[in-house]
Amino acid sequence: MAAPDATRDALESFDLAIDTVRELNRRLHDSTRAQRLRVLNPGGRHSIAVGLDGSHEIEIEGHVGYYCAGMNKLATIRVRGNCGVGVAENMMSGAVIVEGSASQSAGATARGGLLVIHGDASARCGISLKGADIVVRGSVGHMTGFMAQKGAVVVCEDAGEALGDSLYEARLYVRGSVASLGADCIEKELRAEHLEELRGLLARAEIDDVEPAEFRRFGSARQLYHFQVEHLGSY
Amino acid sequence: MCGIAGLYTKSPALAAGLGEHLSRMLEQLSFRGPDSAGVAFYRDPAPAGWCKVSLHSAAEHPGWDEVGASLALAFGEASVPQVRATHATFVIEADAAHAQAWLSEHHPELRLMSAGSSIEIYKEAGPPRDFIARFALEEMSGSHALGHTRMATESRVTTQHSHPFSTGLDLCLVHNGSLSNHNRLRRVLQREGIQFQTDNDSEVAAGYLTWRMREGATLEQALEGCLEDLDGFYTFAVGTADGFAVLRDPIACKPAVMAETDEWVAMASEYRAIAVLPGAEDATLWEPEPGRVYSWGTAPVT
Repeated sequence: MAAPDATRDALESFDLAIDTVRELNRRLHDSTRAQRLRVLNPGGRHSIAVGLDGSHEIEIEGHVGYYCAGMNKLATIRVRGNCGVGVAENMMSGAVIVEGSASQSAGATARGGLLVIHGDASARCGISLKGADIVVRGSVGHMTGFMAQKGAVVVCEDAGEALGDSLYEARLYVRGSVASLGADCIEKELRAEHLEELRGLLARAEIDDVEPAEFRRFGSARQLYHFQVEHLGSY
Repeated sequence: MCGIAGLYTKSPALAAGLGEHLSRMLEQLSFRGPDSAGVAFYRDPAPAGWCKVSLHSAAEHPGWDEVGASLALAFGEASVPQVRATHATFVIEADAAHAQAWLSEHHPELRLMSAGSSIEIYKEAGPPRDFIARFALEEMSGSHALGHTRMATESRVTTQHSHPFSTGLDLCLVHNGSLSNHNRLRRVLQREGIQFQTDNDSEVAAGYLTWRMREGATLEQALEGCLEDLDGFYTFAVGTADGFAVLRDPIACKPAVMAETDEWVAMASEYRAIAVLPGAEDATLWEPEPGRVYSWGTAPVT
């Protein structure tokens, strides 16, 4: 499908108390023009605004269920509420902004784009992250960044147990406490390029009440994933 | 996958509509559990010196009036049966232990679903929507209730394999998840005198709680014991005489959402089951932390 052009519709409403999620998603998938849409009465329904491929601007007025904004490409999706499991899973590009909190596996396997969570994210935030950036204004649950390969996770408050377990090359930044580090995850020096990255990510997330220098950086010790038989004893 | 719902009312108006609200929650959870459904309602407490039992019969004509007459003969007084589909409740002038022992001796064809002062358990195989209609759940009032929709993963789909499972007087358990050490634990508990009706894993968790509390643990201590002794995935909701408790396993593979307003406290597997409650849009919402016991209105159970 051709990329939507820059002409945008005026902000329209789509009421999920009247029409179905499938109708909403079909309308957004079939559109060759970027749409601005306000989604009303989400009621915790699953799979709202998934698989978008165009620079739509979607505002969801309330709490959503599982996999909201999954596989997002180019679109900007704002959730004025909380999210269930797997918000923005496998996002390719664009931005997803959650004004409330997110349940487990937020941003799982996401390859590109920006996920901002203004509340907390629970367990396994950024699991198997493959290049997207995630900024959480609150705290994250256990196993955040599990097997994350590429991209960054910024946590403005605390991180739960086993942060960065089996981490590859994603960068994890935590401003508050870390309950424990997972296997092969270590604290690393916060250098100028990391301060610069943090400054950029916080600005894109429109978070201006924390300072880049307040964060600590965590990354892979690179002892686990480069499996070498001569190192067997240390695994 | 299964669905769990719990609703605890704080106002008489909401208590009057408890069945209607819980039914709407269960409907939302139908897709998580199309195989069977069940509920525990806490309502109309029996007078002091009396107990309440709920019974299930697989017979086409269970003869509930005859059961009631035989209970009255044995114990002096018993209420007329309150029949709901395949189940009936009786209020009997006896303590619950005597009534249970007598029923198992004289009516072995009946299955005891629950015993206590206010608890009533109803459960049946089949789609949750059919269950709601068949048991006329929407008419029921009560102070609080738990519900379950089951997608069977490890044992048969029957009435007995459905949730909730009784875990003692006025206590019951609903479970979303699967336990992997239930066979060994069942044998341990059987040696301690705990009886099981099925080969279901969740019934073992219920039996475990029964055993721990029989040995003197509070409900909270018994639930904390699950973190050590149960291997597997679980979100549990436990109904008690005056509230309910929630526990998720430390890995937290199974979902749970909790919500509170001035009118009610609710828990459910998914938010969409809470979204149907009055005032849900303004409720305080949170995801219960793994490995932590949450409880409402629950006096220590000894």
